[in-house]
Amino acid sequence: MQTSTKAANGISLSIAMAVCRRGISRVLSRPTILLPIVFMPVIMLISFTGAFGSLTRIEGYGSENIYDWMAPYVALQGSVFAGVFGSASTAEDFETGFFDRLLLTPGSRSSILLGTVMVSALRSLFPTVGVIVVALFGGLNLSGGLPAILLLAVASALMASVFCLFSLAIVYRFKTIRSLMIVQLVAFTSFFMTIGQVPLEFMTGWLHQVARFNPTTNVLRFARQGFLDGITWDLTWPGIVVFSVANIIGSVLAFHSLRRIGS
Amino acid sequence: MSKVDTAASPGIIKNFFSQTVVLAQRSLTSELRQLATVLPGLLFPLLLAFTYTEQFERVLSLPGFPEVDSFLDFLLPATVLQMVSFGASNSGTELALDIENGFMDRLLASPVARVPVLIGRVAGSALLAGIKTAIIVLVFLADGARISSGFAGFIVLTLSASLLVVVIGGLSQILAIRSGSQEVVGATFPLIFVMIFMSSAFFPTELMSGWFKQLAEFNPMTWIIDPLRRLMIVGWSWSDATTALGILLLGSVLITGASVRTLQKKLSRP
Repeated sequence: MQTSTKAANGISLSIAMAVCRRGISRVLSRPTILLPIVFMPVIMLISFTGAFGSLTRIEGYGSENIYDWMAPYVALQGSVFAGVFGSASTAEDFETGFFDRLLLTPGSRSSILLGTVMVSALRSLFPTVGVIVVALFGGLNLSGGLPAILLLAVASALMASVFCLFSLAIVYRFKTIRSLMIVQLVAFTSFFMTIGQVPLEFMTGWLHQVARFNPTTNVLRFARQGFLDGITWDLTWPGIVVFSVANIIGSVLAFHSLRRIGS
Repeated sequence: MSKVDTAASPGIIKNFFSQTVVLAQRSLTSELRQLATVLPGLLFPLLLAFTYTEQFERVLSLPGFPEVDSFLDFLLPATVLQMVSFGASNSGTELALDIENGFMDRLLASPVARVPVLIGRVAGSALLAGIKTAIIVLVFLADGARISSGFAGFIVLTLSASLLVVVIGGLSQILAIRSGSQEVVGATFPLIFVMIFMSSAFFPTELMSGWFKQLAEFNPMTWIIDPLRRLMIVGWSWSDATTALGILLLGSVLITGASVRTLQKKLSRP
C-alpha cells in the first residue's frame, strides 16, 4: 500500500485524543483485553506473595511484610503489560487494515503515536489500583500513605509509556502481534534481573552485578520507597533519570519505525 | 466464519492422518519461519532459571526445602514446562489469524475433516516443544545439573512437555474459535504463566502457608511438576512417570474433544 510518507510537522492533539478515545472505547467494549492488565498483576501478586512468602523468614530480607515488598513490583509489571498490550491493538489494526486508513488522516504520524501512548498510560492505572486494593486485603502496611500510591501511579504511567513506545517500534516494523513476544522477553528479563523479588544482598554471582546496574532497579526503588520507608530525593532522582532517558529513546525508535511505514 | 456442512464423509476420515500431517507441517514451518518469535520462548525460561539460581541460593537452607546440590536441579521441570507455556498458545494465535484473514473459511470449504484442522496445528507445536526440551536439558546438564532417573527420566520429561502443548494449545484454540481474535488469545498467555507460579514450580509447597498452599496443592501443574521433579532429583519411579504422563494424557484427550466440539458448535450456528 502506498500512503503519503510526508507527515505534517506538528502534533495534532485532536487526533491524539481521538486515538486515545478509540483505545478506551475498545477496552470498554472488549473487557477481555483488560484480563492481562488487571487480573494478571493481581494474580501475580497473589502468586509471588504466596509462593515466596517464606523469604521474609530469612535474615536481611527487605521487609517483614511480603506485600510491602511485592505490591509495587507487581503493579509496575502490570503497567508493562498495559504498555505492551496497548501496542497489540496497533498490531491488530495492521492486520485488519485499519492502520492504513489511520495513516491517511490529515495529521502528523506522531499524533497517532502520542494517542497510543496516552491510552497505555491510562490503562496502567487499572493494574495499580487493582494491586493496591488486593494487597490491602492481604495485609499491606502502606506506611507512606497516599503519596506512596501517587508515586506508584506516576511510575506505572511512565513505565507503561516506555514499554508502549518500545513495543510500537517493533510492531510498526513487523506488523504482527506475535512480534511482541520479543518485547515481552525484554520486559520480563529487565524485571526479573532486578531487586523485584529479593534485595540486592541476596543475589550472588553475575546476577548481583546485573541487578546493580539494571535501570529497572532504580525504577523499583523510586516506586517502592513509600511502601518500605519514607520518600526521599536520593531514591527519587535516579528513577526520574531512567524514565526520562527511556521515554526519549523509545520515542525516537518508535517514531523512526512509524516514519518508515509505506516509504 | 461461514456455515459449512459439518458431517464428515468417509473419504475425509480416510485421509485423516495425512491431513493432520500436512497441517502439522504447515504449523511447524510457520513456527520455524518466525524464529525471532520462537527463540524468546526458549531463552526466557533458561534466563529465569539461571536468575533464580543466583537469587534464591539462601533458600536452600530453609527447613523444608528438598535436598539438592543447587537450585538449578530443583528448577529443571519448571523450566521445561514454562518453556512449553510460551509457545503452546501459538496454535490458538495462528487459528485466530486464519479466522481473521479468512483462510479458515477456505480451509473448511475444502474437503478437510474438522479434527485435523485443530490437531494439525497442535501437533506441530508439540513436536517443536520436544526439540526445545532437549535443548533445555542439554544446557542444564552443561551447567552441572543432573537427572537422577537418567535417560528414561528425560524421555518422560520430553513427552510431558509435548502433551502439555496439546493441553494449552487446545485451550487457546477454543478461545480462538470463540473470540476469533489474536489479541484475546495472546492475552491468555500470562495466565498460563501465572498458573505455573501458583504451583510448586519455583518453591516447594512445604514452604507455603495458608490458602495459597492449598491452592498450589490443588493446581494440576503441581500434580505434574512434583512427580517430574522427583524423577529429576530422587530417581526413577514408575509411579511418578505414570502420574505425570497420565494426567497430561487425560487432559489432552478432554481438551482436544472440547476444541473439536467448540468448532462444530460454531459452524452449526447460522
